[in-house]
Amino acid sequence: MTTAVVTTEAPTERAVAPPARPARRGRPPRAHRPVGGAGASVLLWGYAALALVPLLLMLSNSFRSNADLITDPLGLPAPPTTASYVEAWTTGNVATYFGNSLAVTVGAVAISTTVATMAAYALARGRSRIFRWLESLFLSGLMLPIHLAILPIFYLFDGLGLIDSRLGLMLMYAASGIPFSIFVLTTFFRQLPEELEEAAALDGASSWQTFWRIMVPLVRPALATVAVFRFVPIWNDFLFPLVLLRREEKYTLPVGLTNFFGENATNYSAVFAGLVITTIPLIVLFLVATKQIVAGLTAGMAK
Amino acid sequence: MRRRTGLVFVAPALALFAVFVLYPMVTAFSYAFFHWQGTSRGGFAGVENFATLFTRAPFTTDLPQALLHNVLFFVGTMLIQNTFGLTIAYLLYSRPRSRRVLQTLYAMPYLVSPIVIGYLWTLLLSPTFGPVNTLLTRIGLDSWALPWLGDPKTALWVVILVSVWQWIGFPVLLYGAALGGVPEELTEAARVDGATNRQAFFKITLPLLVPAIGTVSVLTFIFAMEAFALPYAFGGSTGNPAGSTDFVSLLFYRTAFDSGATDAIGSSSALATLLFLIIFGGAYAATSVLRRHERRITA
Repeated sequence: MTTAVVTTEAPTERAVAPPARPARRGRPPRAHRPVGGAGASVLLWGYAALALVPLLLMLSNSFRSNADLITDPLGLPAPPTTASYVEAWTTGNVATYFGNSLAVTVGAVAISTTVATMAAYALARGRSRIFRWLESLFLSGLMLPIHLAILPIFYLFDGLGLIDSRLGLMLMYAASGIPFSIFVLTTFFRQLPEELEEAAALDGASSWQTFWRIMVPLVRPALATVAVFRFVPIWNDFLFPLVLLRREEKYTLPVGLTNFFGENATNYSAVFAGLVITTIPLIVLFLVATKQIVAGLTAGMAK
Repeated sequence: MRRRTGLVFVAPALALFAVFVLYPMVTAFSYAFFHWQGTSRGGFAGVENFATLFTRAPFTTDLPQALLHNVLFFVGTMLIQNTFGLTIAYLLYSRPRSRRVLQTLYAMPYLVSPIVIGYLWTLLLSPTFGPVNTLLTRIGLDSWALPWLGDPKTALWVVILVSVWQWIGFPVLLYGAALGGVPEELTEAARVDGATNRQAFFKITLPLLVPAIGTVSVLTFIFAMEAFALPYAFGGSTGNPAGSTDFVSLLFYRTAFDSGATDAIGSSSALATLLFLIIFGGAYAATSVLRRHERRITA
């Protein structure tokens, strides 16, 4: 669902939506009295608790034993036990799923960001009309609900021998991330002065050297936004691995969890542990990269 | 940059995109217009596969039901986020010091996999040991301790509310950004002229937020029509209990991969095409109305 964030942006509108514009969007509102007073503050913090408590319950319950969970559903982990983690990680195969998810997600993000950065640079700088046309083609991908093409993708994978292949899944995700990455990165490249390349050319740098040594370091903030923001939907995606993977040892976490949940429907604490393990990388990512995630979420907003 | 060098830079992205996105998307439509016997394609079928969706069981019962659930999902989500979500964003906006922290907290569930969210709430709402019903019983609300997910009457609403709970950080964030674009001078001038906070909000701020509300609603529409992972986690691929949490994507998945029908590819592709047309048509119509409104307020 996160990929849908920019889907309404018609390609022609991209020029008015620079992704990072701290001057306007982040401008702190002038100090005036909080609307709604103390009552509203209670509401805001109360809702924050409602947003957070289920996640905290997930965490807290994962450190309790199963018997404990059943006898006292509202209890706290006192003393905490990590037995359910050991169980999920080893006998529950969550370790395997975790490794697969990590490999597929990191690989896809790396491939997607690399090829999209190269393409975005050429699209931002190319003067020929073919680049305008290619750019519209890529950006049309923002509006395509790729999940609806799962059937042809399945037969394509079948033909290429990529069914039950983590590499295939990785390439699929890498490709589906290209439109968003190009969308964000072309805007950034366009903001860089052309004099940089002219100076580099005078000094005898090739196109590749100019791109790699000069331009890429300058768009690093945008690269971070793209990479972090693509990580989340790939990590969480469910339909593709459900359809394209066959054997349990290839499963990524979301599909692995359905397996695990099915087999351990009564072993609640182990399930909680599995859910926590699936969520931890995203929470860590969110804490270290809140700024990039927020920038990604609002990248599609023209106004 | 020279044209040829530029094309070399574009080539890897274009190759990946063409093979794994464009080609499947284009063929997805063509699949729907052919006869299928298992995986072998027969002659041109015209709209026969589409007709199947309206004439043959189980589509005649499942499709209207699933589509209704998608629509309820959309309407419910939209109503809540455009009232409650907007209120929250508005209240947050006048609290610059706590705003960042609260926005972050609201957005936390948004990051978590829908599968995880679905299983988490399945466990929390469990009638036997779930903390929610235990709490309700303990504070004397026994009559509210219902089998939320086991009853076809409540299950769909649980899916909708949980989805809103997960997704609301996003509209709050976007409305917050949009509020930042409302010129302070306007609301201040209104107050100088004696307008109350409420009047300033409804007469000035809200009309200026319409583009953002529209964007959020369009994204919600797309999201609601594609809903798959969350309902799958709650009710499996058949939308348990009794099809009460069935959605079009689940029906599509069952048709394509579980039905065993010989023409499964044809009918499921027709279903995917239909869903695409609904999504695209709805989003397109809403966006053009919105564009017109935007031109009016910026003119």
